[in-house]
Amino acid sequence: MRFGVVVFPGSNCEQDVVHALRYLGQEADYVWHGDTDLSAYDAIILPGGFSYGDYIRCGAVARFSPVMAEVVRFAESGRPVAGICNGFQILAEAHLLPGALLRNEGLKFICKTVPLRVEESVCQWMDHEPGTVVRVPVNHNEGNFICDAETLGRLNANGQVVVRYCEPDGSLLPGSAPNGALDNIAGICNERGNVFGLMPHPERVTDPATGGTDGGAFFTGIVKRLEEVGG
Amino acid sequence: MARFEIYVTYKKGIFDPPGATAERALANLGYEEVSSVRIGKFIQIEVADGTPEERVREMCDRLLANPVIEQYRIERTGEA
Repeated sequence: MRFGVVVFPGSNCEQDVVHALRYLGQEADYVWHGDTDLSAYDAIILPGGFSYGDYIRCGAVARFSPVMAEVVRFAESGRPVAGICNGFQILAEAHLLPGALLRNEGLKFICKTVPLRVEESVCQWMDHEPGTVVRVPVNHNEGNFICDAETLGRLNANGQVVVRYCEPDGSLLPGSAPNGALDNIAGICNERGNVFGLMPHPERVTDPATGGTDGGAFFTGIVKRLEEVGG
Repeated sequence: MARFEIYVTYKKGIFDPPGATAERALANLGYEEVSSVRIGKFIQIEVADGTPEERVREMCDRLLANPVIEQYRIERTGEA
């Protein structure tokens, strides 16, 4: 399976993502933000970083990069798209995912490994048993997920909440999210489950050389699904 | 050229961490009369003569503000 990892001016996690995917035995190439042909790829990942210096709002300018019109078409045709950290912010700005990512509640840039609980969701990317607690690093200043009450109700009812920040034993407390995120939400997907956005960085805990292996199963679910349908 | 000034703020009910921090800092300085601080963005934009405000509104909706979390106010402030 061949992944395209989009590089915007200011992206800085694209090499980590490509390394993680290759570690998992997948093909992965960089896609420049000015490219408009995604036909060579089975799945697209928008990596973390500070696209366009985070000017105006995180992801607000990247959303209008030439490649993004194609990413929207790719996603709307049901093909898999994931956004990690800044990539999640870009997907939210592009309205491929609902809600927005605000400044962290404590005003601090947060860089640490946190426990996450994998929820029972329709997300096509995940390969964990629901309820699994994993440890994945977060590294952001604007990860405070918010949406209106109606959207939150829909996310919960449709199984669109993919991962939540939790306590080490998997329980959820009002303050489990280090950034103040609504309902401890760390990652969500669209209704079809093909578009996935999350603030934590699973690519950093995929190859054990970088300190963990909990992240691989954030990518292998989509590989298995596409192989099943002969993709 | 015409000039517009745009004020972008969080919608009511959206938590504004820098505003809340400024609010606490003002209380610490003894300004007990302060009950709320909201911090937003100020954007000054110069456009060709005759540009309708509707056009500036479109710029706000598409790029300068995020309608999911932000509201904005546009003022035409005359010729640049």
